[in-house]
Amino acid sequence: MNRAEIITTTKRFLSEEFEVDENRILPENNLHSTLDLDSLDYVDLVVVIEENLGFKPTSDDFKAIVTFNDFYDLAEQKIVVA
Amino acid sequence: MERRVVITGIGTYSCLGENTQEVLESLRLGRSGIIYDESRKEFGYRSCLTGFVKEPDLKPYLSRRDRLGMHEPAMFAYMSTREAMEQAKLDIDFLANNETGIIFGNDSTAGAVINTIDKVRERKDTTLIGSGDIFQNMNCTVNMNLSTIYKLKGINISLSAACASGSHAIGLGYLMIKQGLQERVVCGGAQEINLYAMASFDGLGAFSIRQDTPSKASRPFDRDRDGLVPSGGAATIIIESLESALQRNAPILGEIVGYGFSSNGDHISNPNFDGQFRSLNMAIKHAGMDVSEIDYVNAHATSTPIGDATEAQAIYEVLGGKVPVSSTKGMTGHECWMAGASEIAYSLLMMHNDFVAPNINFENPDEDSKKINVIPEYKEHKIDCFLSNSFGFGGTNSSIIVKKFKK
Repeated sequence: MNRAEIITTTKRFLSEEFEVDENRILPENNLHSTLDLDSLDYVDLVVVIEENLGFKPTSDDFKAIVTFNDFYDLAEQKIVVA
Repeated sequence: MERRVVITGIGTYSCLGENTQEVLESLRLGRSGIIYDESRKEFGYRSCLTGFVKEPDLKPYLSRRDRLGMHEPAMFAYMSTREAMEQAKLDIDFLANNETGIIFGNDSTAGAVINTIDKVRERKDTTLIGSGDIFQNMNCTVNMNLSTIYKLKGINISLSAACASGSHAIGLGYLMIKQGLQERVVCGGAQEINLYAMASFDGLGAFSIRQDTPSKASRPFDRDRDGLVPSGGAATIIIESLESALQRNAPILGEIVGYGFSSNGDHISNPNFDGQFRSLNMAIKHAGMDVSEIDYVNAHATSTPIGDATEAQAIYEVLGGKVPVSSTKGMTGHECWMAGASEIAYSLLMMHNDFVAPNINFENPDEDSKKINVIPEYKEHKIDCFLSNSFGFGGTNSSIIVKKFKK
């Protein structure tokens, strides 16, 4: 899966799971505030990422992520490593 | 100081209708909510009969976070509570600032638990279950979800007492208000209806196998009854101190005047005359009434051979043979954990519209039911006071008496 495919896939499953307009999932936007995540939501975020991209981010990964671009970087790295 | 306790809102989500208007029409018409569910046959059920309740779409009403922790009992209860809140003129702003409790009857979450365990079995990783399942899995799922959604700040508990759960929930809420511990309590009962909920009950051979005519299968008090039909949904009864109801200018639908209860202390599933007799007598004594004041009995009778016979004996011994009696379970099937609450709602609808709903399929009495006045067809009848029975596995019994409100 290349970066463009990661972005397309991520926008689809995040907008579905968190009921957020896909147009708000922009590379430079803050992932946490755009998805309005509370402590329980990170549990669901792990589930949908694993289901759709095939890897499980750790809590340390989430701490390092600010924007969606940061997440796409992580996804590229995890998917290549896998 | 003991206070008067009134009912200010009711809501129903049952196989007779998704709101009280639809339910009222079904009660008048004697319309059955029982279907034949083919999937139960493939699954291994002995009987494929069940009451049918559609899973509601809550997306128009609730956020993703609010919905995640809800499976059938909480979903059904949200729908019935939404209707009851509207009737009682209660909204979230008021509830957030005026202490209100919730006591809801529920005694299983089988469907939700099995869905969760299936996920773990498949993926072998609990961190891939998701955040909502725990709140669906716990037996207190209804009050956990509704107290969060409606910002309830008072007593917050589930009540598990088998098929008397809904009735005891109302009874305990009544006692709390009567004693001045709460101003208002959202009471009710919820019952899941999925394939997993009733498999072990079906395995006891307690369900009717009159599967060629589902609407004829549940026949309380009838000589040829052959077992109950499982059913479900939810019903909400909002109860309140008279002072609070008057202050809020809320509609007053009735006054709870008696609550009786007992435990058989006997067999885990067989009914017991003495336990039912004591429950009925306690409710009447508590209400300080003469039995002649009761205009209608909504019987627990589920269409099982022994259960209905025992209740007919208890009703006859305590109330005599004249008072009109019907079991709405002929139409609904056995709504189990929900039944004690839904049957208070059904009886209130009858009281306000001057009729007794028919005990459908009562065609021939047996030795016990011929002694009491079972009403087989719609009957115009003025009801100023009714008594509702609920009995459950483990020998838990509950009887509630409601009167028309008079200042």
